Amino acid sequence: MHDFDYCAPVSLQEAIGLMATHKGSANLLAGGTDLLIFMRARRKRPELVIDAKLIPELSEVKIDESGLTIGASVSCRAIYENAEIADLYPALIDSTTLIGGIQVQGRASLGGNLCNAAPSADTIPTLIAHGAVANVVSDKGERHIPVEEFCIAPGKTVLEANEILVNIFLPRPAENSAACFLRFIPRNEMDIAVANVAAFVELDSAGENFISARIAIGSVAPTPLFVAEAGDTLSGKPIDEESIMAAACIARDAASPIDDMRGTAEHRTQLVEVLTGRTIRTAVSRARGEA
Amino acid sequence: MGKRHHVVTTINGEATEFLCEPRQSLLEVLRDVLFFTGSKEGCNDGNCGACSVLVDGVLIDSCCMLGVEAEGSEIETIEGMANNGELHPLQQAFLEETGMQCGICTPGFLMSAKALLKQNPQPDEGEIRHWLAGNLCRCTGYDKIVRAVQKAASNMGGGA
Repeated sequence: MHDFDYCAPVSLQEAIGLMATHKGSANLLAGGTDLLIFMRARRKRPELVIDAKLIPELSEVKIDESGLTIGASVSCRAIYENAEIADLYPALIDSTTLIGGIQVQGRASLGGNLCNAAPSADTIPTLIAHGAVANVVSDKGERHIPVEEFCIAPGKTVLEANEILVNIFLPRPAENSAACFLRFIPRNEMDIAVANVAAFVELDSAGENFISARIAIGSVAPTPLFVAEAGDTLSGKPIDEESIMAAACIARDAASPIDDMRGTAEHRTQLVEVLTGRTIRTAVSRARGEA
Repeated sequence: MGKRHHVVTTINGEATEFLCEPRQSLLEVLRDVLFFTGSKEGCNDGNCGACSVLVDGVLIDSCCMLGVEAEGSEIETIEGMANNGELHPLQQAFLEETGMQCGICTPGFLMSAKALLKQNPQPDEGEIRHWLAGNLCRCTGYDKIVRAVQKAASNMGGGA
């Protein structure tokens, strides 16, 4: 790796100051499972690496009546070992348990997965489906960015060079609602999504009709994609195969995948339809308390 | 050169201090500074698990962590697995079941399997294979490794 300086600030103010001073030449380090690899491959050459794991705001998990706040440097493992998160946000468990292997999950962070902005990122569709907001801070002030607006191209986000992703907020799911995330890979683990989908559904109290839904798809466009129309078409509809497949077809048509070593565009397009149907069905079961 | 950092850790139960450059991974520090050469460098990008160690009880790839990040942490490496020359039940079972051929992946598999049995003392075959997915072996075809872990779990009687 190239030569660089390292520091581990213990307050957010200190980190904000460092990012402002070293504008553009500093990188925040959480789990390092992307950053260190990029530095070794010379794709990133920061002069200063700022360890984000001792900053309290970036390290805490908070659950209250309004929702869940996850510090940007919190690891996948810390997320899926949290029983309260598992209870309220099972799709987040779906996502965090299939990123890398156990070793990677012990380090890789939710904030890192978002900031890395891979089209195939496995947590981002789930965050979008949940209507999550990325809370960002810099010496110029705060920004609150809906996750579906955070990634703008492969590896690129709306973050300015002086900005720090502090945490991600997921609103508390309403009664009779739940989400599900699914990924297709040709093996069981340790792979990158050929396609992935997250669906969030809110049902009426009888569990017979959709009130609302949010669907996001990944690995089939330059960024993870929020397909608002796919969720909107479910609003007010009865929970049946006709409604579900209508949403799945809208999600499929929103995909604009490429052919690459992991799959063809044709395969990926079809996967979006199948996975969307499956995520909606599982989300419905979860919302009804069946699964 | 980036300023060298003085890092204080505990490795395999012993207080251990070292100096390292920020750019040195924990794996490089373990091998090149402290001469704990049991942890191996395979892919150096978090795919193969040959460098697996425990940091504060969490299984990680030491190639994906900087040495400076280890400040204040407790590290367990393969060198701490045998107890005064007596093999750990996992090591014994790997020998008996021939859970290795060339041996490069073995320290990583052993650390990973140790972490598994600590969390889940009686894993079934599926759980073992899923947990060990972050460790690659190009020799054995995995079956013998899985059998070794099952045997060790059985020999340990459910207590890690």
